[in-house]
Amino acid sequence: MVTIYEMQAGLSRRELLKRGSIGAMLVISGSALISPRNAWGLEVTALKPETMATLIVLARDIYPHDQLADRFYAIAVKGQDAKAGKDAAHKELIENGVADLDKRAGGAGYRSLGWEDDRVAILRDIETTPFFQAVRGDLVVSLYNQKELWPIFGYEGESYSKGGYIARGFNDIEWL
Amino acid sequence: MAAPYDLKDDSVVVIIGSGAGGGTLGNELAQKGIDVVILEAGARHEYEDFINDEWDSFAQLAWLDKRTTGGGWRVAKDFPNLPAWIVKAVGGTTTHWAGASLRFQDHEFKALTNYGKVEGANLLDWPITLADLEPYYDKAEDKMGVTRTHGIEGLPGNNNFKILKAGADKLGYKECHTGHMAINSADRDGRMGCQQTGFCFQGCKWGAKWSTLYTEIPKGEATGKLEVRPQSHVVKIEHDSSGKATGVVYADKDGKLHEQKARVVAVAGNSIESPRLLLNSHSSKFPNGLANSSGHVGKHYMRHTTGSVYAIFEKPVHFYRGTTMAGIVRDEARHDPSRGFVGGYEMETLALGIPFMAAFLDPGGWGRSFTSALDHYDHMAGLWIVGEDMPQEQNAVKLHAELKDDYGMPIPDVWFTDHPNDVAMRNHAYAQGQAIYSAVGATRAFPTPPYPSTHNLGTNRMSEKAEDGVVDKWGQTHDIKNLFVSDGSQFTTGGAENPTLTIVTLAIRQADHIASQMSAGAI
Repeated sequence: MVTIYEMQAGLSRRELLKRGSIGAMLVISGSALISPRNAWGLEVTALKPETMATLIVLARDIYPHDQLADRFYAIAVKGQDAKAGKDAAHKELIENGVADLDKRAGGAGYRSLGWEDDRVAILRDIETTPFFQAVRGDLVVSLYNQKELWPIFGYEGESYSKGGYIARGFNDIEWL
Repeated sequence: MAAPYDLKDDSVVVIIGSGAGGGTLGNELAQKGIDVVILEAGARHEYEDFINDEWDSFAQLAWLDKRTTGGGWRVAKDFPNLPAWIVKAVGGTTTHWAGASLRFQDHEFKALTNYGKVEGANLLDWPITLADLEPYYDKAEDKMGVTRTHGIEGLPGNNNFKILKAGADKLGYKECHTGHMAINSADRDGRMGCQQTGFCFQGCKWGAKWSTLYTEIPKGEATGKLEVRPQSHVVKIEHDSSGKATGVVYADKDGKLHEQKARVVAVAGNSIESPRLLLNSHSSKFPNGLANSSGHVGKHYMRHTTGSVYAIFEKPVHFYRGTTMAGIVRDEARHDPSRGFVGGYEMETLALGIPFMAAFLDPGGWGRSFTSALDHYDHMAGLWIVGEDMPQEQNAVKLHAELKDDYGMPIPDVWFTDHPNDVAMRNHAYAQGQAIYSAVGATRAFPTPPYPSTHNLGTNRMSEKAEDGVVDKWGQTHDIKNLFVSDGSQFTTGGAENPTLTIVTLAIRQADHIASQMSAGAI
């Protein structure tokens, strides 16, 4: 289950500095990831919070949509934490996979690489690995199957309850 | 009410599968007063239970029993356990199909004669002609309410069709319209007209699209001569010492095995399960499986040469609104070897929702090249290519050497590799599809690879001579007189057309034959 929750209040600048930020957006606090600016948080139970933070960046690098907020990617990879909680082998696959990304990135790790191109260059080298395939294969469903995201792409979803499109624009194209 | 038949009743015709072939055959026989039991592996979901949601519907309807696949096709890599996207439910894949109902062309029944020998392919002429089938095509079209036949109006064109039509006109194509669809354009046969809802692939919640689930099956049940037993997965066909089929063994919803006795057995489980069942029914008398003296059971698996072209335009399209398969270009369906391949193909509009577009646009694809396509989802138009593929001996449904299902039966292992003719046809179709969209100002186009197969054909093929195939011109197996094949696995060759209309047509014709053979005491 997804346990993204709304935050009551943002953290102080001092708190942010103390805890260290992920990119400019996410904060690790104990077992949670917090997005102070966008007021949501994500409880992590099986994976390391740092691992989950990297998965969120990785998810955006795999399916980058600049119009999507981080929370869509956070919801999409939350299942990796749940699966890791039930399956030790899966936990190892993910933890080792993320550790490998950090190693390949060098320095402060994968998340610290500022340019998407630099991160993607690493991903191109590992795209056939079971780790990458497990993340991508899950993500293509867990990201794009979020109903809240469909309107952003102009997809209207279920239409039966509205009587279909017979009176709602099935043939409304005007520019041809 | 549906008649309940006793397991020991050996006077019944047992049909395995309730889709286009089995559901139609069952009703046709029941209408003639013949007692029928249809055993359907899947559950019964009435049309109001269908779900306007791609993944949820997939979980409700798709055949998800484990299968493996191999060979050169990309599906083996991208969907290693899903060679086919077909249905496990009462109504079979007629719940999921798009509704395109095209007759085969005359020359396609004589593929070997008209195309000549094609290296690497085992082309064969059908033992029947278009003229043989025309009266039955006529009945099938009437039964299914096919648009542009029997005075039935065509469906109105949606936005996706309008783009196809504008491009086809610019290219000089002559035959482009909203298709011959088994979707009511107005109320007919107690079912309502199309509401342009989309989600044709997820089961039509209005019942406007023909499916055996809410046409043939209830009509058959109303005679009192048809019982449909859902969640009854047949694992073996039994025979006596003379080699005559005597009944079938099936697992009920709890996995408990039963044997239903039968006077006649008709196999209609689609082109993967039907040959699998015949192969799994091997015995000391038939060590290579039932009806397999020719060795052809499972061979010549065909799946149509398919692919899609999606394109992005400057302005919105909203192609997911309305009928999924909303129009067709037929000009390339002719046989014209000057194009560099034999046989022909159709181009039919297609739309997917965001979840399936993400899964199928470029399976395994990622990064900005991929996501920037989805960013313009509401500016997309799309078409599907469906063309004749070559029957090849090594393209086959085999029994897996190790893996078994819940009932201990080997699972199917589906092998497919494109023939060079298939590749040449697909490349031609990709170019023509992209040209259609370029002609109306597409800014970007995507030649999308084939999806898991929905048109599964040819694995129990029909032949004049017993050594060339599995069944005769009636779908009666060459080896066992009271054993029939009633689905698309009978197809000798694939043609360019969506197969359902021809499957229904063959089933209506087969019902006449079974009834006359039964009354003559021949079976």
